[in-house]
Order: sequence, then structure tokens, then C-alpha cells
Amino acid sequence: MAEKKLLLQMQGIKKSFVGVEVLHGVDLDLYAGEVHAIVGENGAGKSTLMKTLAGVHPPTEGKILIEGKEVQFAHPAQAQAAGVGIVYQEFNLLPDRNVAENVFVGREPLKRGLVDRRKMERDTAALLEEVGETGFTPRTPVRWLSVAQQQVVEIIKARSLNARILVLDEPTAALAEHEVELLFRLVRRLQELGVGILYISHRLREVFQLSDRITVIKDGGVVKTLKTSECDQRTLVSLMVGRDLDAYFPERGRPEDLGDVRLETRNLNTALLRDVSIKVRAGEIVGLAGLQGSGRTELARAIFGADPIDSGEVLIDGKPVKFRHPRQAVKAGIGFITEDRKAEGLALAQSIADNMMLAVRTVMPARKRRAAGVMSNKELAEVTELKARGPEQEVRFLSGGNQQKVVLSKWLKTKPQILIFDEPTRGIDVGAKAGIHDLIRKLARDGVAVLMISSELPELIGMADRILVMHEGKLAGELPAGASEPEIMELATGAHEEVAA
Amino acid sequence: MTVVDPPEQSAGARAAARRERIAGWRVGVLASPAAPVYGALIGVFVLAWVIVTIDGGNFLTVSNIVNMLQRSVALGIVSAGQTVVILLGSLDLSVAQLISLSSLLAASTMDGSMANFLPAVLVVLALGVGVGLVNGLVITKLQVNAFIATLGTALIIQGIIQYRWTGPQGGIPNQFSNDLGYTRFGIIPMSIFLLAAVVVVVWFLLTKTRFGYKVYAVGGSEDVSKLSGVRTHRTIITAHVVCSLTAVITGLFLAARLRAGTPTVGTDGGYDLESIAAVVLGGTALMGGRGGVIGTIGGVFLLAVLDNTFNQLEFNSFLRDVVRGLIIIAAVAVYARRQEKKA
Repeated sequence: MAEKKLLLQMQGIKKSFVGVEVLHGVDLDLYAGEVHAIVGENGAGKSTLMKTLAGVHPPTEGKILIEGKEVQFAHPAQAQAAGVGIVYQEFNLLPDRNVAENVFVGREPLKRGLVDRRKMERDTAALLEEVGETGFTPRTPVRWLSVAQQQVVEIIKARSLNARILVLDEPTAALAEHEVELLFRLVRRLQELGVGILYISHRLREVFQLSDRITVIKDGGVVKTLKTSECDQRTLVSLMVGRDLDAYFPERGRPEDLGDVRLETRNLNTALLRDVSIKVRAGEIVGLAGLQGSGRTELARAIFGADPIDSGEVLIDGKPVKFRHPRQAVKAGIGFITEDRKAEGLALAQSIADNMMLAVRTVMPARKRRAAGVMSNKELAEVTELKARGPEQEVRFLSGGNQQKVVLSKWLKTKPQILIFDEPTRGIDVGAKAGIHDLIRKLARDGVAVLMISSELPELIGMADRILVMHEGKLAGELPAGASEPEIMELATGAHEEVAA
Repeated sequence: MTVVDPPEQSAGARAAARRERIAGWRVGVLASPAAPVYGALIGVFVLAWVIVTIDGGNFLTVSNIVNMLQRSVALGIVSAGQTVVILLGSLDLSVAQLISLSSLLAASTMDGSMANFLPAVLVVLALGVGVGLVNGLVITKLQVNAFIATLGTALIIQGIIQYRWTGPQGGIPNQFSNDLGYTRFGIIPMSIFLLAAVVVVVWFLLTKTRFGYKVYAVGGSEDVSKLSGVRTHRTIITAHVVCSLTAVITGLFLAARLRAGTPTVGTDGGYDLESIAAVVLGGTALMGGRGGVIGTIGGVFLLAVLDNTFNQLEFNSFLRDVVRGLIIIAAVAVYARRQEKKA
């Protein structure tokens, strides 16, 4: 460690927004070639801290030193020029522009005063080669890239600025399991090149795999900075949430809780699905695993009436149903907690109350709601342990975990008998995750049939009573509760087929 | 051009290159946002030709085509500027009033003498820069929505015009009027070269300069651009200056055509909404980030062909507006479908 160069020092960083202090004097340092993980619950101040470094929100107090020299950033451009690159959690790419245009946005190379498109594409190609990416070229429109490929674009964009300090904010939140491995390789490659990496993540497993040091942030302050080799997952979790999490997942359902088959599909075929037949019983949580693009979300959308079905049928309580529009599915008692909370789950600029009422308002007239026993907003907030200033707060100001609770409340209002969760805890911190898990189990215990899609295998294994694995639009197999990660991955990657063939 | 892949390229790279070539065509030609408008232009042109000819009029004659082109000049110039601000995700509703004011100012400054030509042009260009700056600054620094900001500017200019002028303003020298409005090179009117020059300059700005790249970036997402280090405010202000400059050039041209400055020339021509319609017809997304000036010119020509046809058929003017409205709605619907397919 001694011979390594100190790249970045942040000393006593404080930040206030309209008089409210959210960072209370944070100290942080980073060496060349080091991966320094930053963990903490949502709302702990990690993102704000990174934004002070990026020049998006200049700190109210405190010093930032890069290679020993004090710097002040008033605009992101200045931070970039000083070698700070940030890959944000929400991607910052322009879908209508191609890869090269995105990499060099705002600083296109010039030749005689004009943009030198050729140089731009050549340099982009060189950067792609540096990281070993051959799946696309500088001219590919970003719209056509997968999430993982878009992330590569983000990273080479930072690299093209000669970023020596690279911040990765939840880089794996949107990646499927096999794509994560590619990202890790990329991170290690950057490490070799002497880049210092600040790695923000909720996934502790990754943090242990990648990082040299870990800093735990809670409530806008540093709890502790530790060497990764000197701590374990349990210590870290208790530091993050300030309490021990003994039961990480709620208890599984007992066999006597299981009821009749509530949701069933028979030989379902759509543009992306081939002969998918599944059954979900009342009181059961069925996990749906598979790589991104394996048809998990498509199955949920088909059941929900959001995508057309070519052949096969969907049965609810043994009766065949045909949904041409999600509205019919909602009326039939299905709730669908979508993958993309912000785009498909919430009206961000509206209040918590309005969001909670969104689904029930469309399917049930007000006079029937009382008779049907619909829970009030207040009751729902209590049940879901929603933390907010009040029912009139706009949901965009809530943390990810609380936003998800609002989405869930929206569906609980409709008294669903079947709930489909697509990545229910994506981008949600450890503490809130456990809350959502408890809630899902509680619903199942009350007789709701739950289909849960997740890319996080530990979550699936911990929660599901049964795990179905999809591969290329087909059901690849079924595993009992407590299956291991390798078993699932074997089915999800199609490895079992190769062995058989 | 045939491309021979060097043998050392990996299979992945070859596949990517092949996809790229196919994609290049899809992106370059068919998927270009301007493709449908030229398709529609050809369709409408042929249809108009058949109908007008059956009706006993002259459509495919040199003089009629030149006539259509000439009638596209004013709208074409201002639409080129409108394209820039719409690409940026903004828009400008003040162009019609600005056109009127610049025609009036040009007339009063020239005051009947070609000696005042240069000062008049400078005054008018300064007006354009000024109004563009005001629009841009109000939108960026005061955070006023572009729709409201430019509507406000439009009303202010309208007020100034009505306070100062009650009718046409003489003073346009005949020579200026003849040179810009009526000279022909062979059969091609001077004004068409003016239009071509403006379009080329705007096209060049958008596709070859950093400013243009920034316009597309800011239109794609202002946040993304800002986080990528683009000085978004400067880009927005500059784009509004460019747009206002095209409006004052249109004003100069119309003053030459009409041999006078006129308080209502801009609003009578409906250049505010017409220019937005032309831009949208040309495939530029109203949300910004996608499109270009080539498509806009297609949109302008399409409107010109329709106008010419309606004139020749002596269409009822109310019915005209109905047809034009239907076409604009249909165009936007077509673009929305294309966009959905691509995503």
C-alpha cells in the first residue's frame, strides 16, 4: 500500500440543501489501482457524496484534493477535466446518437474548427478494443445496445477523459448475473491501468469479490473504513443498518398454507415465449429465474395482458381467461409490480396518495371500495412501513425502497389474488429489502399467489418455495426451495442442454 | 464499395461489422427521420400533378415549379432556424412577430436609399441577436418554459409594433427590392439561392460543428448533456439566436418582396405555427434530439405543393386548413409508430 499513489482525498465534506445538512463531514481517500467500495443504505448520502466530487453539487464545506492539490468543481466539466469520471446509476446516454457520439459528447475532436468524425470513431474503436468489447462498433446507435453494453459505453466514455478516478454508482443494479462477470473483468482491467475506482453497491457479495477497502456510510457520515480482507458480510450489514440482521429472509411457507392452483398457463406462446406452462398456488411464492432476455418479464407481461398471446391459455382459479388489456387483468385480481419502478410503476411528480389510488380508481368505483374492504392510504402506509413526510409528498422525493412500497400499496388497494413481482428489490438498500421480503411473505401467507422474478439469486433462493428457470423463451426446469446458485445458473445458461446433447 | 475483412479479425468483430453495414443502410437511408417526408412529398407531388392536370391546370411546368419554390423561400428560411431550436427540445413562437418587426425596421432604416442598405441589415441582424438572446436567457436563467417564454416575447414585439406603426412602412429602395425579391438567374429567382444558402449554413452548423452535436445532445437529454460536461445554457441561448437570425432574414426578404415593411406580414403568413408544422412534418421530434434541416425542407416543400394545388383547384380556404391539419396529424402519427417499432 505504501508505494501506491494517493489519488484522491476528500476531507470533512459537508453539504446542505436549503439549510438541511445531508453530509456531515465525510472523509474518504482513494489510491491508484484500488477498488474502494462505498456501502450504505439508500438515503445514507452516497450519491450526494459522489455528486460533490463530480461538480454537480459543490460541497458547502470541506476540501477535495486530487494528487495532493486542492480542487474546486463548480461544473461537471471541471471535474471531468481533472480526471474524475462517473458512471451514474441511471444511465447517461443519448439513445438517438451512436456510440462514438455518446462517448465524445460535448468535447468532439475538432479539425480545422469542424468536428472530426473519423478521429472520433477511430478513438472510440481503440477504447472499445482496450476493454475487449467486440459486440458493437462506434457507429451502433445506443438505442440498440443491451444494458450491459450501454454500461461499457459509459465506462469507455469516462476512460476517454483519461479518468484516473472512476466512480461506479450501483453498476450491477441493471445487469443480469452473467453480465456482472464481464463488468468485473472490466473493473480489474481498469485497476491494472492504475485507475482508482470508487465502487458503490448494495450487493455485498460483489463488494467482497472486488474491493480492497470498504467505507460504510450511514446518515450522511462515515461509520468506518475497513480493509476488505479483515471483515465479513455480517459485520458489514450490521454496520450499515446499525443492527444485526439475523433472519435475512423471512421463514418459508408451510405446506399446509398452500391452497389451490390460482394462476396457471398452458403452452403459452408469444413472440418471445415457447410453450410455457406454469402453476402458482395460493399461498405460494414461485421464483422465476433466468438471464436477462430469457423471457421472464415477457411471461409476466403476457399473463397480465400487456403483450398479445399467440396461442395457449392463461387460467385463473381453473377458469380460462383472455386479457386484451391490463385493465381486465387488474379487475380479475392480478397485480404487476414492474421492473422499472420509475417508468412503469409510478407517476413520479404526483403525491403518494394519488399514486396509491391509481389502480383502484380505474377498476373500482368509489362507492364500492368501502364495501370491498379496501385499505385506506394510512393503513397501507402502516402495513408497508412507508417512511414519508405525508400523503401529499411527491413520490420522486422518496428513496427507492419507499417508492417500491408505494407501488406495492397501489396494488394492495385492488385486493389482488395474484401478485407478480419483477425485480422487487432492485436498487433498494439492505434494510428496506428485508422489509419488502417480509411483506411479500406476509401476503403469500394471507393466500395470495406470488410469482417473483429476480436476477439476484440469493434473493430467489431465500424467498421462493419453488424456483422455475427460463432459458431462451422456454421453461428450462424447476427446482425445489433451497436450490443452489450453480443449479440455477446451469439451467439458466442452457448448460444442461449441452451436457445432454 | 466492397469491404474485405482482414483475416485476423475475430468472428465477433466480423459479425459486428456485417450488422453494422446492414444497419448503416437502415440508419442512413430508410430510418433517417427525413425519409417519410420525402416519400410523402413524391406521393403528393404525383397526386397533385394528376389532379391538377385533369382539372385543366398547369402543374409540371417550369414556371409553376419555380413558383412553388419561390413561395417556399420565406417559410423555408424561418423553418430552418425553427429546426435548430426544436432539435434542442425548445421552440420559438416569436418568429412571426419578429419577421414583421424586422421588415418594418429594415424599411425605416433604409429610408428609400441604398446607401443605408448596410446599416439597415446590421440593425436587423442586431435585432435578431437581441431577441434570440432574450429568448434564450429567459428560458435558461429564469427557467421559463420555452412555449411561454417565446409567447411572451411575441406579445412584447406585437405591442412595440402596434405602438409605433399603424400601417405599412415605406422606404424600401426599389433596387433592394428588385435585387433580392425579383432578380432571376436564368429562370431561377435570387431568393432560392438565399434559401439554399441558409439551409446549407444550418445543415453545416448541425452536422459539422460542435455546436450542432451539442444541440442534438441537449435535445436528447439536458441532464445527460450537463453531466457529460456540455454547457447546456450556452447551447440553448446560441440556438435561439440562430433561430431569431433566420426570422429576421425572412423579414428582410419579405420586405423586399412586398417593397415595404408591414406590421402584419409575419402573423398573416402564420410563420410561427407553420414553421413548427414544417419541422414536425420533416421528421424532427418535437421533444428534440432527432431529426434535421433536410427533413424540414421536405416539409416546407410538401406544404408548398399542397398550397399550390389548392390554389389551382380554387379550394375553399377553410377546407384547405382542414386538409393541412389532417396531414400534420397523420405525419406525427406515422413518426410515432416508426419510433415505437425501433425501440
